[in-house]
Amino acid sequence: MVAGVSKNNISVTLRVWRQAGPGKPGGFVDYPAKNVNSNMSILELLDVVNDELTLKGEEPIAFAHDCREGICGTCSLMIDGKPHGPNQGVASCQTYMRSFEDGAVIVIEPFRAAPFPIVKDLVSDRSAFDRIQQAGGFITVRTGAAPDANSIPVPKADAELAMDAAACIGCGACVAACKNRSAVLFVAAKVSHLGLMPQGQPERDSRVLAMVNTADELGFGSCTNQGECSAACPKLISHDFIVRLNRDYLSASFRSAFCAHAAGSHAD
Amino acid sequence: MAKLDSRIPPGPLAEKWRRHKAEIKLVNPANKRKYEVIVVGAGLAGSSAAATLGELGYKVRCFVFHDSPRRAHSIAAQGGINAAKNYQNDGDSVYRLFYDTVKGGDYRSREANVHRLAEVSVNIIDQCAAQGVPFAREYGGLLANRSFGGAQVSRTFYARGQTGQQLLLGAYSALSRTVGQGLVQLHAQEEMCDLVVIGGQAKGIITRNLVTGKVSRWAADAVILATGGYGNVFNLSTYARGSNATAIWRAYKRGACFANPCYTQIHPTCIPVSGDYQSKLTLMSESLRNDGRIWVPKRKEDCKKDPATIAEEDRDYYLERIYPSFGNLAPRDISSRAAKRVCDEGRGVGDSGLGVYLDFSDAIKRLGEDTVRERYGNLFDIYHEITNENAYRTPMRIYPAVHYTMGGLWVDYNLMSNLPGLFVLGEANFSDHGANRLGASALMQGLADGYFVVPYTVGDYLASQKPGSRPSTDAPEFKQAEDNVTSIITRLLGAKGTHPVSHFHKRLGHIMWQYCGMARTREGLETALKEIPKLREEFWATVKVPGSADTLNQSLEVAGRVADFLELGELMCRDALTREESCGCHFREEYQHPDGECKRDDANFAHVAAWEYQGAGTDPLRNVEPLVYEAIKMSMRNYK
Amino acid sequence: MSLIGNLFCSTVGRKFLMAVTGLILVGFVIGHLVGNLQIFGHPDSINGYAQFLHSLGPLLWITRIGLLIAAVIHIWAAIALTRTNAQARGAQHYGVNRWIRAPFASRYMRLTGFVVLAFLAYHLAQFTLGYASSATFKGHLPEYTMASDFHIFGFPAVEKGHAVDDVYSMVFYGFQNPIISIFYILAVGLLTVHLLHGFQSVFHSFGWYSASWAPALRAVTIIFCIGFFFGNAAMPAAILSGWLKPAQGTNVAAQPRTALNQSP
Repeated sequence: MVAGVSKNNISVTLRVWRQAGPGKPGGFVDYPAKNVNSNMSILELLDVVNDELTLKGEEPIAFAHDCREGICGTCSLMIDGKPHGPNQGVASCQTYMRSFEDGAVIVIEPFRAAPFPIVKDLVSDRSAFDRIQQAGGFITVRTGAAPDANSIPVPKADAELAMDAAACIGCGACVAACKNRSAVLFVAAKVSHLGLMPQGQPERDSRVLAMVNTADELGFGSCTNQGECSAACPKLISHDFIVRLNRDYLSASFRSAFCAHAAGSHAD
Repeated sequence: MAKLDSRIPPGPLAEKWRRHKAEIKLVNPANKRKYEVIVVGAGLAGSSAAATLGELGYKVRCFVFHDSPRRAHSIAAQGGINAAKNYQNDGDSVYRLFYDTVKGGDYRSREANVHRLAEVSVNIIDQCAAQGVPFAREYGGLLANRSFGGAQVSRTFYARGQTGQQLLLGAYSALSRTVGQGLVQLHAQEEMCDLVVIGGQAKGIITRNLVTGKVSRWAADAVILATGGYGNVFNLSTYARGSNATAIWRAYKRGACFANPCYTQIHPTCIPVSGDYQSKLTLMSESLRNDGRIWVPKRKEDCKKDPATIAEEDRDYYLERIYPSFGNLAPRDISSRAAKRVCDEGRGVGDSGLGVYLDFSDAIKRLGEDTVRERYGNLFDIYHEITNENAYRTPMRIYPAVHYTMGGLWVDYNLMSNLPGLFVLGEANFSDHGANRLGASALMQGLADGYFVVPYTVGDYLASQKPGSRPSTDAPEFKQAEDNVTSIITRLLGAKGTHPVSHFHKRLGHIMWQYCGMARTREGLETALKEIPKLREEFWATVKVPGSADTLNQSLEVAGRVADFLELGELMCRDALTREESCGCHFREEYQHPDGECKRDDANFAHVAAWEYQGAGTDPLRNVEPLVYEAIKMSMRNYK
Repeated sequence: MSLIGNLFCSTVGRKFLMAVTGLILVGFVIGHLVGNLQIFGHPDSINGYAQFLHSLGPLLWITRIGLLIAAVIHIWAAIALTRTNAQARGAQHYGVNRWIRAPFASRYMRLTGFVVLAFLAYHLAQFTLGYASSATFKGHLPEYTMASDFHIFGFPAVEKGHAVDDVYSMVFYGFQNPIISIFYILAVGLLTVHLLHGFQSVFHSFGWYSASWAPALRAVTIIFCIGFFFGNAAMPAAILSGWLKPAQGTNVAAQPRTALNQSP
């Protein structure tokens, strides 16, 4: 297939989920790939397969991708039952063919969840994440109204921890890996990032309530504390942030019930 | 011929922006909601502009071809963002940032724009910190800085190696807030395919929904393009695969001038190409050059040997040899060209012969492996992940790759193109970086344009438009533009050819890299100008685009973008050919100093070349905006 | 939403309710184990203890109703979340399913929960309500006379000579039946597996967990679960194997189970 410069080329079979469109029936189709350079990424292999399909007059495999360096969060392949493939802490675009044995059958599916409907083949619609973000994943700052940046000191440890959470690339692997299709690691990463910063305190309670409740409304499942999300996360975001989210959500709920509210304001 | 009025406000340089802000027209708050503004693109520039304009009360629609605004390629910027905060007390100031940027751009940028950029840089950091961007901190909780190429002060703010990601997420959170509040309407997976110009003014766009294939018309009082750069003309680059020039290119074909298209930045430290399947080049942070030493074998015959077996005296540490004072830290354009030269001499390493060693063995001896791991561990991991090589044991191989385009649509001081009502922000415009961009300046420009410039200047333009004067989408210009879009789609799907789109993209990339890459010659550019039109003809005759127009069809998306690259590539070569000097990243071999440095021709080329479309088959017109330096004297860049 | 709304309607709230009720139920099974281990002592202990519990009257009923409510909420939340999760999974399942690192116990919470529930129903029927094996139910056996005073934390609870239910014999009769014993051990085993994940999970759902003391929590959980399992399994194992002989003065010593079965 691609007689590249590498000495160790392999042959594999891609067993790919094909589905013409939303709600259409789908199924697996096998695509043998011979003489594959093991230094190519699995997305590059799909490019090559697609070019061959094009020449044969078949429709190429639709798959989501963009930056191909593991930061944009677009690529979203379920490879042999694990989001982004066999390796830890990488996105699909960073999964190289050397991770597979010669002769392997590689099963590639889209990220599946009811709130992530399939658009076509391997592409699912993850705009539900945008809606969660719109519900509260921000700090309200009018452009131009900010005080001098150094007027708000942030303890280094907090800033580092916030950065750990903020590393989320929004790919949805956490949802895809979770048996309950819970979005809680994604929500926890956002809530923790902003909740750890002093700037994020005024909206801390309303943020966590709004984001969790929106995720629920969108139809994501619940956390059963199994840690599959963290294990599948290309940025290895810690499960501990979910604990922090639970704490924030519960204390916000209790505070909204027992703390005084100014006249005219309401609980959440 | 287009009228290029830069509209630089009068007065002393440092006073221009303040006075301009005080003098430009405002829109009455009650009237703002009567104006509709379209923002195309949601990277740093697009999302910050959409959020700010929405917050101000305009009706804003934001279009992105991605499935979410958070995917824009601003997200991939690693290093940092410059700002003249002088938090380090090391003598930084707005003037120094301005001066470094103009000098870094080899005196080919517009002075007033750059000064404004340096002025608002401080507001950007305030804004982002308030949004919760987790910048690196000192132990006392205050912001940390690091230094970057082309500057003698520490003014770069950063968030680990993911500064672009964190700033984009900040802007995206601001955009999300306004979308949640109904102030901005977000149209994801909706690609702009044409600009609608009515009465000489930009009044709307035509889009194609990438999922349903529906082609739609959108009318507006002003259109803002923030669609990024066009480096994917080269096929292989550090850009995202989806990055494209379609929005600005089709605006160009509607009359917007394209300025300095040949200015392309080539980043020196990328992982070399390993095979023809390759889709993407990965950048390795420039910071590696702080401790790594760059070399190639002195003799060609050593190139295929195991580097460990090449004796010290048989190695050529060429950057240290040629640039003794800057050594391995020479600026990007200079290091890139030096790597190209040694590889052209046949001394390149790796299977392709297009690579140089970046060697850490001295650093490991001097500092210990642990310290090297601490400083660069994540980069060594990336390198290992991609190449399967352990850079602690064997030197890395690196090679330059296309990284940024300084050229873009021509804009005036207000960031408005020569088409009134069309604003262009960020990498899509040309104004701030001249012929070479300094590290950590791209993020600064995107956010400056979106947060702090365009919200004022759009208001100034809209104040001249009667509220409610927005045309209906039934206007004949809309129909004509829509027909244009559907005809391109029909033509692409109709060409029942023999080659996939990637075939043409790769070939275009080879031509561009060969003749319009790091070093250019008259002869090479003339060859390219013959080959590209031929390739374009072949494309339209033999391209094969499968599938239909009314579903998600990624081949069709790419085909449309490559069709535009095939035209833009030609314009880049034409611009490179007519700019008979070397400056910044534009290196013409005919114009160099004896030591191989750029030989600028300020007498004849201290100007912006803004190309104007004259219709298919007719050569574009080269308009000129002279660059007048009031505050600083043009001099030769020297990094020796 | 209000506090009640958040707790009963949101996924995080429902998990909190499961954690709270789970913790209550854990408290109960610990108390239950401690009480039952008195079978290894003099018959006065367990029979006196049972008599003491009965003498609590309304307090006992409040506890029982509280436990019932906890169990109902725990089960309701589990079912509600399971349904939500099934909906979230959607109709199309993955072609390849695999676990990455979910602990073994966590994968079978529903299964272990339901088996434990089924066992609990039988267990209550047998030892509390007397519906199953009614011949050996405490209420149907001759009463036992206390051989000495019974104290709870040093306070006198039941006097010597008092006639009380012979719980001691009921337990012996029950566990002398191999089917009951084996089912009991099996059920306790599954409950232990349920707790192995459930106990740690409580800390997650409360928001009291962190990687820094996760190993300690894990160790505590494992020690607790081992103790819990062996404590519970010891009774049927000791009785069934005949290692623990019935004490004199009890019904079961006077009339072994085999004799009881043969009597008309």
